[in-house]
Amino acid sequence: MSGPVSPAPATRAPAAPARARRGRTRWGGRLLFGYTWLVLLWLFAPIAVMIVFGFNDIKSKSNVSWQGFTLKWWGRLGDYPELTTALWNSITIALLATLVATVLGTLMGIALGRYRFGGQGATNLVMFAAISSPELVMGTSLLSLFISVGVQTGYWTVVIAHVLFSVSFVAVTVRARVVGLDGSVEEAARDLGASTWVTFWRVTFPMILPGVISGALLAFALSIDDFVITQFTSGTTTTFPLWIYGAVRIGVPPQVNILGTLIFAVGVAIAVINTVTSRRRT
Amino acid sequence: MRRKLAPYLLVLPGGLWLVLFLVVPLVFMASVSTQEGDVVYGFAQTFHFANYTDALARYQTQFLRSVGYGLVGTLAAIALAYPVAYWIAFKGGARKSTYLLLVLLPFFVSFVLRTVSWKFLLADDGILLQPLKDAGLLPEDFHVLATSAAVICGLVYNYLPFMVLPIYVALERVDPRVVEAAYDLYAGPRESFTKIVLPLSLPGVFAGVLMTFVPMTSDYVNAAILGGPSNTMIGNIIQTEYLTNNNYPVGAALSFTLMAVMLAGIFVYARALGTENVLEAAAR
Repeated sequence: MSGPVSPAPATRAPAAPARARRGRTRWGGRLLFGYTWLVLLWLFAPIAVMIVFGFNDIKSKSNVSWQGFTLKWWGRLGDYPELTTALWNSITIALLATLVATVLGTLMGIALGRYRFGGQGATNLVMFAAISSPELVMGTSLLSLFISVGVQTGYWTVVIAHVLFSVSFVAVTVRARVVGLDGSVEEAARDLGASTWVTFWRVTFPMILPGVISGALLAFALSIDDFVITQFTSGTTTTFPLWIYGAVRIGVPPQVNILGTLIFAVGVAIAVINTVTSRRRT
Repeated sequence: MRRKLAPYLLVLPGGLWLVLFLVVPLVFMASVSTQEGDVVYGFAQTFHFANYTDALARYQTQFLRSVGYGLVGTLAAIALAYPVAYWIAFKGGARKSTYLLLVLLPFFVSFVLRTVSWKFLLADDGILLQPLKDAGLLPEDFHVLATSAAVICGLVYNYLPFMVLPIYVALERVDPRVVEAAYDLYAGPRESFTKIVLPLSLPGVFAGVLMTFVPMTSDYVNAAILGGPSNTMIGNIIQTEYLTNNNYPVGAALSFTLMAVMLAGIFVYARALGTENVLEAAAR
């Protein structure tokens, strides 16, 4: 007889705490919601300042207080030839470094995802070190190398350094994609008489391409934004971040805000396109 | 035979690049750190280990300050990132990825430019402080720039995503059924959080600490742009020794010490928490 009696309190008892719990979590949820938006506001505050102060009608060099709205800086983006050169350097270095890092990183990613081989652990360790070691240590050690062997630092040493810190990120991204591949598709291609070469380009490569593209985008983003390693390896060459850093003391002109806004817009567009297309692919 | 060689051929170009420009330079920096001389007459290897003791004796204040800023900054980053990651993971619903993108969006602006924007915002006569001063709410000589608070604020701001992402990933993996089970077993919201959700998300926090503490401690951009002479970090000293004073041995000795301290810190940290825990979390 105890059977039908005992479940009754068990089902009724949680009802009250459940209601109380829901009330309390709703409160907690609202608090969390507010907190999250406060943090987001804090995150976006300097970005908003950057965008808005590109339209500031300043008379002196100091671009700190609001002086009125103007579009004139958009027509005078080329006022600082060194800034144009620096921006151009940033873009070409990022393109070159991305190209090299993507090729080398993709090959590494395929090897690490596909094969088991001696020295794999060591390779992973070196890649982990490249990803996690402080930029300052990488920059100073590279400069120590260049000084010791008598290499003049400049454009090409920056490219070398940028390939160095991007290649592991590409490899890790591609490896993740390779590990998730369905091997039977390639087997099917081979069974249908495709050579190793044809199988790779017509079957394997298209399947890992999303990983390669994400890796390349990451490499480009890391390269164009890099400051610390670039400062140590650039010699007299300037890049966009280096020029801004140099201009801080004398006052950063509104042109920098506008260029920063444009780069931001391009970055956001690429990120949105990448998320949308990768969502469609999977 | 060809199949056996294939992985080596694939790894070789990238691996060579990593060895040549990551491992070999460390050997050269170790060598430079015990040299003596100057730029004009050249440097000679004299195994002058006193470079280390001299440099540390001279710059121990900046060293300790950097570690202090790194610790405070990391704790502040946890306090800011955890609730945000929690909210996105559990209350974000279908818009999770949108919120995550919103958190990451500011970081599409160049690192230096972001920090410069903070300088705009916090300037003594800037848009934040001047109105308050005009209203008489703040004394005329009040300033935020050139204080420890400004530098730490910049550090936390610039490295926050490295804390949000791993915590979010860890929280995302918490099975909601486990939390439900806790409620079914009469756990209150507080108990189910402290006994279920928090322990399950700790690997994410550990990974986040690893990913923010090291770059924060070795940063010099925030101190250079937002700080003053009394906020100099070890990174600023190393940068000045290398790029302004051309005193490479002292710079190399400091940089090597910094790396050793960071490595030792990571090692102790990993041992204390269990190596697999940290490495696994970091590998994500």
